[in-house]
Order: sequence, then C-alpha cells, then structure tokens
Amino acid sequence: MLTLAIVKKLETIVGAKNVYTGKSDLILYSYDATQQKFLPEVVVRPASTAEIARVMQLANAEMIPVFPRGAGSGFTGGSLPTKGGIVLTTERMDRILEIDEENLIATVEPGVVTEQFQLAVEKVGLFYPPDPASLKFSTLGGNVAECAGGPRCVKYGVTKDYILGLEVVTPTGDVITTGGPTMKGVVGYDLTKLMCGSEGTLGIITKIVIKLLPLPEAKKTMLVLFDSIDGAAQAVSAIIRGKIIPTTLEFMDGRTIDCVRQATGLQVPESARAVLIIEVDGDREFLDKQAEKIAGIIRPLGVVETRIAETPAESEALWQIRRSVSASLRKVNPDKFNEDICVPRSKVPEMIRKIDAIAERHGIPIVNFGHAGDGNIHVNIMIDKKVPGELEKAEQAIEEVFKGALELGGTMSGEHGVGIAKAPYIPLEITPQAAAYMKTIKRALDPNNILNPGKIFLED
Amino acid sequence: MSKLKQLEAFREEIEQCVKCGACRAHCPVFAAEKYEGRVARGKVALAQSLLAGEVDLEEKVLEDMSQCLLCGSCKAQCPNKVPTDEIVAAVRRRIAEQKGLSSFGKGIAAVLGRPKLMNALAKTGGAFSALLFKKLPKDSGLRLRFPAPYLEADRTLPPITARPFRERVPEVIPGQAGQPTVAFFTGCGINYMYPAVGEAFLQALKFLGVTVVIPKDQACCGLPAVSAGAAGTVEKLAAQNLAALTRHKVDYVVTACASCNAGIGKVYGDLGEEYRQLGAKTRDIFVFLVEQGLPGKLAALPKAARRTRVTYHDPCHLRTQGITKEPRAILKALPQVEFVEMAAAGTCCGLGGTYSVYHYETSKQIGAKKAASIAESGAELVATDCPGCIMQLQDSINHAGGGQRAVHILELLAEALPE
Ligand SMILES: Cc1cc2nc3c(=O)[nH]c(=O)nc-3n(C[C@H](O)[C@H](O)[C@H](O)COP(=O)(O)OP(=O)(O)OC[C@H]3O[C@@H](n4cnc5c(N)ncnc54)[C@H](O)[C@@H]3O)c2cc1C
Ligand code: SF4
Ligand code: SF4
Repeated sequence: MLTLAIVKKLETIVGAKNVYTGKSDLILYSYDATQQKFLPEVVVRPASTAEIARVMQLANAEMIPVFPRGAGSGFTGGSLPTKGGIVLTTERMDRILEIDEENLIATVEPGVVTEQFQLAVEKVGLFYPPDPASLKFSTLGGNVAECAGGPRCVKYGVTKDYILGLEVVTPTGDVITTGGPTMKGVVGYDLTKLMCGSEGTLGIITKIVIKLLPLPEAKKTMLVLFDSIDGAAQAVSAIIRGKIIPTTLEFMDGRTIDCVRQATGLQVPESARAVLIIEVDGDREFLDKQAEKIAGIIRPLGVVETRIAETPAESEALWQIRRSVSASLRKVNPDKFNEDICVPRSKVPEMIRKIDAIAERHGIPIVNFGHAGDGNIHVNIMIDKKVPGELEKAEQAIEEVFKGALELGGTMSGEHGVGIAKAPYIPLEITPQAAAYMKTIKRALDPNNILNPGKIFLED
Repeated sequence: MSKLKQLEAFREEIEQCVKCGACRAHCPVFAAEKYEGRVARGKVALAQSLLAGEVDLEEKVLEDMSQCLLCGSCKAQCPNKVPTDEIVAAVRRRIAEQKGLSSFGKGIAAVLGRPKLMNALAKTGGAFSALLFKKLPKDSGLRLRFPAPYLEADRTLPPITARPFRERVPEVIPGQAGQPTVAFFTGCGINYMYPAVGEAFLQALKFLGVTVVIPKDQACCGLPAVSAGAAGTVEKLAAQNLAALTRHKVDYVVTACASCNAGIGKVYGDLGEEYRQLGAKTRDIFVFLVEQGLPGKLAALPKAARRTRVTYHDPCHLRTQGITKEPRAILKALPQVEFVEMAAAGTCCGLGGTYSVYHYETSKQIGAKKAASIAESGAELVATDCPGCIMQLQDSINHAGGGQRAVHILELLAEALPE
C-alpha cells in the first residue's frame, strides 16, 4: 500500500516537484499505444541513476510494484501500471553523454529520443541504423527494453546488435554495468543481451553504450509494383540469392494498396497486387549499378511497374506512400489490432495466404504490410468494436494468425514484444521448460516481484 | 450559450486519439517541458477524462490546458488528425464559463472588444518600453492587455505607434480598372505596432493596381480571446468584423497576419454560413500576390548588386493550412534577397497568443531554439508573415544576443518595388 509516508520518502529522493499523486497526473501516465488504461498510485520522474536505485530500494522495502516507462509508445502494454504502484518515467534523463568519434561509440541516457540521437551522430558523419517507425518519439531505453527494429534491419540488424553495454539498476536497487565500450568482450554471462528485449522486467536501464557505423554516402529508393504477392516474395528471395542485401525491403499487400489508393488518391494500376519498396545505400557510384542489377533480377517476376527515385525528394515521396498506410487503414474499419508476426523470409507468401483464409473464414478484413526482407509481417485486423461479435472474431483470428506463424517456424512478435497483450499466448510459442527457465531468472533477480510484474508471463 | 463548439461536440474527435504518442515529436511545449501533461496526447486524455467525469477542472488540469500554444502542429502530424488545438480551446471556454475568465482573460476581453479604447491608448503612448508599460495607470487597457505582473522587464516589445495605421489611410484606395478589389484586414499588430507593414501592403497592391478597402470599423480578429477562452468576446468581434468586411463589395479579404488569417478565415466558420462565406473569400497576402502573378513581375526587376541573406519562419497559422510555398516564392523572387532555408523553419516561435504572457519562461525556451536556428542559417534577417511572430522572434534573437532583425516579408517587398 502506498502511504503518505512513502510519498514523502519518494519526494526526498527525486524532489517534491517530480512526484505526482493528483488524479489528473495519474491519468496522464495510465496509457500507452495499446490504448488500455491502468491508473498508477504515484508517478516519479527521476533525474539520475542514484535516484532510481533509491526508488527501487524503497519499493523493495515497502513491496510496491514499479513500472518503468519511456515514451509510452509501446504496442503491448509493457509500461502500463497494471497493479497500481509507481510509474517511473525516464523523460528527464534525456542527455547524450558522449559521442566518441575515435572509437565509433556513444553513451546516452535512456530517455533520449531515438531520432534525436540519430541526427546528432549523423551530424558528425556517423550512423545509428535501428529505425522503428516510432523513432521520432520513442526512447532509446524503451527501444533497448523492447529490442525494437525497423525497415533497415534487413541489412543492419535490430537494436540489440548496436548495444555494447548498459548501466542497469537491478530490481533490488543495486547498480551494475554490463559489457562496455569494447567491440569484443566475453567475460561472464552476456547480460547486455539478456537485458535487450527484457521489457523492463529484469532491471531499469540507466545508461546505454552504443556502437555506431560510418554514415553511408547515399541511398537509392525504388518502388516496384507486382501482379501478385508471390511475385513480390520471389523477388525478395531472388535479390538476396543474388548476393545483394538492400537496406530495406518493405512490402504492402493488395488490400493495403487499395486502402492507400482510396485514402491518398495514389495512382497505381489496378493490376498491382503487391508493392515492394527497395532501398540500397552505400557509395554513390555503386548505387546505380545495384539498382540496375536488382531491376534485372526481379523483371521476370510479374513486375507491373518500377519507379526509381532520382532525388531525395522523390525518394521521400515513395516513402510517404508507405507511411500513409497506417492512417489509411481507418478507412476500412475504425478499430485496428496490429500484430507483428515474423516468419522465415521465404514463407511470407504462404503466411499471407493463410491470413487471407483466416480473414475470409471470419468475415473480417485483414490488411498486411511490413518488412519482407526479414519476414516481419504487420497483420492488421480491422474491425468495428461497436458491432457485436466482432471483437470475439478478431480475438479468434489473432490466435489463428499466431498459430499459423508458429507452424511455419515463425514467432508471434518480431518487434513489439509481449507485454500484457501477448502474454496469454506465450504457451503457444515457448515450451513449459523454457518458460520455467526464464521465470527462474526473473525470480532470482527480483525476489519480491517488484519490477514490472505481470508482464511477458501471466502470473500463476 | 456560445455558438462555438462545446467540448461535448468533440467527443468523436477525442475518441480518434489512439494514444500512439506521435505528437510528442511535434509539440513545442512538450519539447521544452518533457511532461505528458504538456503534450497533445495528454491534453486529449484529460479532455476525455473531463467528459467522462473522472476529473474536474482542478488546478492541475487548468495548468496543463493553459500549456498549449494552439499552434496546431500536433494536428498537422497526427495520423488521425485529432484537433487538439480546438479541443484545448473548447476546454478553455468551459473553464471560462465555469470559473470565470482569468484576470488576464478579462483584460483581453475588456480591451480587444473596444477598438476605441485601443486607439485612445495607442495615442497616449508613443514609444512604449516594457518598463513604461508598468508605469501605465492601473485602469489602462494596454496594461490589461500586457498586464504588468505578467510582463517581464527583459522582454523586447515593439513601440506602440502614436497614430494607428487605420487612422492614417483613407477607407478606399482606388486602383486600376479591371483589377480586383480587396478588403485589407489589418489586425491589431499592424494597426498599433507595425504600421510600416500596412504601408508596405498598400504599396504592393498599388504596384498591381488592386483597389484596396480598409474598413475603419474592423476590430481585432479575436484569436487572443479564443486563446483565453472568452467565447462571448470572440462572437462579438466576429459579428463586428463580418459587418465591417461586407459593407463594401470586395472580391477578397486579404490579411498580412497569420493569426488574423486563421481567425477570420477559419475560427469564425462555426458561427454560421455568412461567416463561412467570409472565410472562403479570405486570402493570405502572399497567396493573393502569387495568384496575381507577382513573382513573374518581380523577376523583371533588376537584380541588386548586394543581396541580403534572409531566412523564413513559418507562422503556425499558415503552415498548418499548408501555406508554406507562397511566402517563400515571393521572398526568393526579391531582387535584393538571397534566400536561405533554416532548420526547423516550421516549428512554433513560442508566442502562442496569450501563451507567452502566461508562460514567458517556457516561451523563451521555445524561442531560444528558433534563435539558434536563425543564427545557424547565417541569415541577417528573418522574415515572416505575422506581426506576433516578428515580436517574438525579435525578443528571442535579442535574448540570444544574435543581432539579426525580424521583419515582415512585405517590408522587404516594399523596398524592392519602384516608388
Ligand atoms: C506508431 C508506432 C509505430 C511503431 N513502430 C515500431 C517499429 O517499427 N518497430 C518496433 O520495434 N516498435 C515499434 N513501435 C512500438 C514502440 O514504439 C517500441 O516498442 C518502442 O521501443 C517503445 O519505446 P518507449 O520509449 O515508448 O517505451 P515504453 O512504451 O514507455 O516502454 C516499453 C517497454 O520498455 C520498458 N522500459 C522503458 N524504458 C525502460 C528503461 N529505461 N529500462 C527498462 N525498461 C524500460 C517499459 O517498462 C516497457 O516494458 C511502434 C509504436 C507506435 C506507436
Ligand atoms: S493526438 Fe494524434 S498523434 Fe497524439 S497520441 Fe493521439 S492519435 Fe497519436
Ligand atoms: S497545439 Fe501546439 S502546443 Fe498545443 S498540444 Fe498541439 S503541438 Fe502542443
């Protein structure tokens, strides 16, 4: 129970003006992008590792749950205070501490917004590739906790591939560092990787040591229209078999094209039933050759039309088509369930066919787009919650989609994590033995189950 | 009850917010304060809770609702186009209704609703400095408009003109036959603080042979009253302006102030069909000038030997209407100007009507970013299309010790045109 005395103690730790207990303040930290709502009992906004450590010690002593929060842009409810308690936000810890151009390393606080960091390193000719679609507002701490990924992952990998080390406040309030500013390091268990994707259940990330790359000189974007999803999928395999790894390989299915066409008046021939946006980056002189080679490889695969951007503005216009997808879906139905399954690259068409069958069986529209290059499909189940029965149908469809992905050797989530949204489905993917192994780790590190309880696993 | 939309009428728009958080990237207040109550998502969530009866108009809610520039940046970038600015304005009207206008809001309502008083005040003033403002008698309306407790000593304010612009010019200035007739909606900024912009406006339209009508009885557009939640004042001003602007037969109503453009062009729309017709006729000066083919005519003028580096600041009230190309087109066509684009030209300068008076410290922080962008661009002048922005930009530059000058594009245009 949160008493006045505990609030007072929190105030001495982080300062009275960074502790909130008013109803309106609690509402402000009660939601994330899942649109579910759970009221915390108190919100704290610490400014340092030491403050967070003291908050955790207090929480352990008083047995109060703590819910770490970045920008609250998560799609699975990871930051929601499902049991009341303390929401601990990193909003105030938003400094880029160092950009080390000699070693291509940077150190940041967890509340730094991803795009702000990208822009800062690009200014000195460096490159931080992970680019979740939420990069303009999500935080690096949240990205590490969810192991976020984006379109550039095909070539460059996901967040964890760029994290060299962390400073972490443990669930019991100790401060540890994992890894460090070296490219190699094999002393002890790899706790850095364990923390990546741990969804705020194993520790609070307070500093992040990040690996950087040299900024590629240029990029080239092309949009290719295909007469079938199979053509597009074969194109993906063919490109990769041709020993070219593009920066991005984004696809949209026929239904997605219809939505965008309706919403934006996009001029696309009726015969186009799938789209790939292909981008390559690297030295300028080498890009034209690569684009030509790609065009050659995919030409026989049912290409209806190829558009190649010649200027950054044209490239931006092509990406704008991809970005308009999300909003245009609302034309189909008001409510959207966005799942982010991932299957082996070659299984994308089979998965799409399965999803189409599920959509037909339940009589609800499902729209698919995503990152074909890594088999990550955003499955959007579009319903109107107000129509009786639709919600149940959607829930059934979601489970069938997950099962379908697992049958093909895939996973329920490529990007968004488990949180509370996917916790009920965990047994579909993780064996009881593996789940027990994971829970043993959690129990050992967080004996009082204080940190982000009830996330990833349903509580027994 | 006011005809302006009530909070209840926004229920559906409020439900459209999917809590994605995208607005966190675009809200200037949030960028300065990093707290969920300051961002669009938070304000929408609070409005939602107000409607659901989960919270009352308690102190913290009032504070969060006051922390909005009504700049519309969130709406422009929101995937679902949630009109947070309009929702906040509706909440502020509710606040005014239930709690009464704040002392500051009262000052706004008292002065803006009475143009005669504003004229009289301007005449007694001459060149006012911030300090002089504080020495004004207690009952002075100007003091109400910029009430001393809110007015920091270190704030640069333009001098108040001794003779308001509309008193200097005839009501009708005939142009050439065959050219359109326009009504010039001057707004308070030009009338009382920047009459030179008004003169430049006339010079530009004379160059094109356009007939200009400047109705004497026009009033403030009402945006400061919108911002304060003073619904009654907004409606009174709207009615007065409608009458003034329809008394003459004109083809267009032209503004040279982004806020006025949004005021008479958009905000009045809720009040009825005649207001919507007025809105449809309303043009920003640069949209009008481009429609009239001015860039082509400017191209024919001889290029200046020395050109001044000028950058452009997008006023929110034009940017969110998609008016970004036309002011730049004119600037770029000017023979004495070398145009440079600055970073983040499209972020709010931090004025936000009454916002900067209430929250001067945050407003200064927002302005400081703008001043840094201006400095980084290497420009000597920052031009824009809104007297309010000019005032704020100059204040921000002075705080940063930048030395650049903030001007209206019309002033640069007038410089280029033959006498
Ligand atoms: C429009 C939109 C597009 C998106 N696109 C993508 C995408 O392309 N790829 C993708 O991977 N995701 C995407 N997401 C999901 C989301 O943005 C990511 O999961 C992101 O990493 C969350 O960051 P956040 O700062 O908002 O974290 P939050 O949502 O606040 O928290 C997410 C999780 O991280 C934990 N956490 C936060 N900070 C810390 C910390 N310092 N230490 C420990 N735990 C912490 C929280 O407890 C929670 O479990 C998208 C979301 C939206 C709304
Ligand atoms: S206002 Fe728009 S951008 Fe902001 S959270 Fe809501 S839907 Fe997202
Ligand atoms: S209108 Fe401007 S200040 Fe207000 S919430 Fe939107 S972006 Fe923020």
